Amino acid sequence: MTSTASVGDLVSQPYRYGFVTDIETEKIAKGLNEDVVRLISAKKHEPLFLLNFRLRAYAQWLQMEEPDWASLGHGPIDYQEMIYYAAPKQQAKKASLDEVDPKLLETFDKLGIPLSEQKRLSNVAVDAVFDSVSIATTYREKLAEHGVIFCSISEAVKDHPDLIERYMGTVVPINDNFFAALNSAVFSDGSFVFIPKGVSCPMELSTYFRINSGDTGQFERTLIVAEEAASVSYLEGCTAPMFDTNQLHAAVVELVALDDANIKYSTVQNWYAGDAKGVGGIYNFVTKRGHCRGARSHISWTQVETGSAITWKYPSCVLQGEDSSGEFYSVALTNNLQQADTGTKMIHVGPGTRSTIISKGISAGRSSNSYRGLVQIGAKAVGARNYSQCDSMLIGDTAAANTFPYLRSQQPDASIEHEASTCRISEDQLFYLQSRGIGLEESVSMMVSGFCRDVFNQLPMEFAAEADKLLALKLEGSVG
Amino acid sequence: MIRPDAPVLLEIRNLHATVGDQPILKGVDLTLRAGEIHAVMGRNGSGKSTLSKLLAGHPAYTVTAGTVRYRGDDLLALAPEERARAGVFLGFQYPVEIPGVSNLEFLRVATNARRLAQGGEELDTFAFEDLVCERLKVVQMDPAFLERSVNEGFSGGEKKRNEILQMALLDPLVAILDETDSGLDIDALRIVSAGVNQLATPDNCILLITHYQRLLDEITPDFVHVMAAGRILRTAGKELALELERRGYDWVDEGLASSDHAEADATALEVA
Repeated sequence: MTSTASVGDLVSQPYRYGFVTDIETEKIAKGLNEDVVRLISAKKHEPLFLLNFRLRAYAQWLQMEEPDWASLGHGPIDYQEMIYYAAPKQQAKKASLDEVDPKLLETFDKLGIPLSEQKRLSNVAVDAVFDSVSIATTYREKLAEHGVIFCSISEAVKDHPDLIERYMGTVVPINDNFFAALNSAVFSDGSFVFIPKGVSCPMELSTYFRINSGDTGQFERTLIVAEEAASVSYLEGCTAPMFDTNQLHAAVVELVALDDANIKYSTVQNWYAGDAKGVGGIYNFVTKRGHCRGARSHISWTQVETGSAITWKYPSCVLQGEDSSGEFYSVALTNNLQQADTGTKMIHVGPGTRSTIISKGISAGRSSNSYRGLVQIGAKAVGARNYSQCDSMLIGDTAAANTFPYLRSQQPDASIEHEASTCRISEDQLFYLQSRGIGLEESVSMMVSGFCRDVFNQLPMEFAAEADKLLALKLEGSVG
Repeated sequence: MIRPDAPVLLEIRNLHATVGDQPILKGVDLTLRAGEIHAVMGRNGSGKSTLSKLLAGHPAYTVTAGTVRYRGDDLLALAPEERARAGVFLGFQYPVEIPGVSNLEFLRVATNARRLAQGGEELDTFAFEDLVCERLKVVQMDPAFLERSVNEGFSGGEKKRNEILQMALLDPLVAILDETDSGLDIDALRIVSAGVNQLATPDNCILLITHYQRLLDEITPDFVHVMAAGRILRTAGKELALELERRGYDWVDEGLASSDHAEADATALEVA
């Protein structure tokens, strides 16, 4: 954003992160085969166990088929037309930010994520990922004083191979699903977080993912481990330039919480959604899962999904530890021709486990927005409880909203509650607000943010206001 | 209060309007000066509610002829929110519920929009709370209603009080109150009417839309207009309302043929 841009300019700009950074990029040839998998691993100087992990995944992936059960429609994805590794040309990771290509720093500045010492966000440590590589991680030393490891996954592979080997693939197995297998074979970069026993992470951690290349798939891998009684709050943000082709984003996120650990994972997803006619945009096929391994552990997912042409995403919790608990708070907004099929899975394994699901779907334009959620209570989950609330809001009369709840219980005394509602922003409601001097866009925005309040309240404070603004911006022109 | 030299706030001339293809208003003339209270009476379907919503800018109505001037300017050229900011207020017959939007926040945003248009300053949350607590007294409303969503779960009477509270905050120059008495028991009617009476000043004017005399027992109008088939057929002082109460609307219809207006517009006759 330039200093001369007025508020009006900003508001009339539907997607303000659509620029491309002109930077020399090292790319490998397009297409996928075993040699490409080996090449990616070699470029990252990976240990043998990881190469084998990739090769096993690749072999599994070849046997698998793209899932088609979601309420999504898209043309075939040609996996041989994609590039699986792209990195800005600079020597691996720099010891200091001064050595990072200024163009990259500028890019993140433009995205509102300043990385330099003077300007960076106070109390939020950021790992910035550009195409396939992490370019900088702020506040690393300060975090290290507390024993917290926060770095890119590539660095973690080098510096903490034991931790990677112990935890990677234990929450999302390599053959979990088609996209997870693909990611396991070709993942490029992402973030690694390790919070040792008894430590509360002293600041918010955040990863910002930026796709820059037009023909590259992005396959990040994030792993967060919280040892006994540790706690952390982590946020990820994502944007991409506007291209009139579709790019694939297939990430895997794994969370591990040991006894009494607490992980809060928030996402503000604003990938390019395509234009009003549905041309371009990111295909977002993501596997996110948390494992409450320890007793009384807690994992909370909060997501604000506003971007992508297609969103296929079910952040889940496996509640294994006794009295562990999982939460899923979601706002998914679709406009124009966007399609979202998103929700969660709460797998209750241990006794006394609890889960809460609050999902708010907003559909405008000709978009389609589905909630799909599974609550499964196993035979040993004595006294398990779940509460789900799924609300849909329709704006206009050409958008679609669906709710697909799957409830399965093998435990006679478990308690499962599911509530669902659908509402429409009516002309009378808008007129009422307008007749009190409140403009049309602001009226819609007030109603939408009221509808989403339960979820926004869960976001870290710095990002709640941001999320509110983001929704207002996305709905620009959807009424009237 | 009638002062012939008071400034004209609202001037409606030969107003025709349709909803879809259906003509509803067929030549309404009405002039409101500062300090005046007008009552428009008429049966269901006479066009009273259309008139009130149209003045506030409801998108369902299309003006096919005529003019509406607000303080000399073309009111119809303004968007609904611009009319409100300029000082035109509609108290709704059926205020809608807006779940999730806090009443307090709504009232603050609306009040600030009006204040800015008047050249004043926006009020922060603290200053606004002081203001709203003082204005709550106008309609004897419990501050607990501020914490709830706009009109959500309010009784009929509470909704109407919330409307008058908005009027008290927005300080309009033209307040149109559409069937404010409907759904009110006698106590609530007195409270709401007392609120309106407190808010009537020599600088503003009030247009009451009503079926019944009982509202006019509480709020004394300077003029009573009788509307039928999309036009104003009779205009007189408050005694007209009493006569209507005694003789019914049929009496107005009977008078239609002999009224001056009827000669000008034969279609009104057919519909009536």
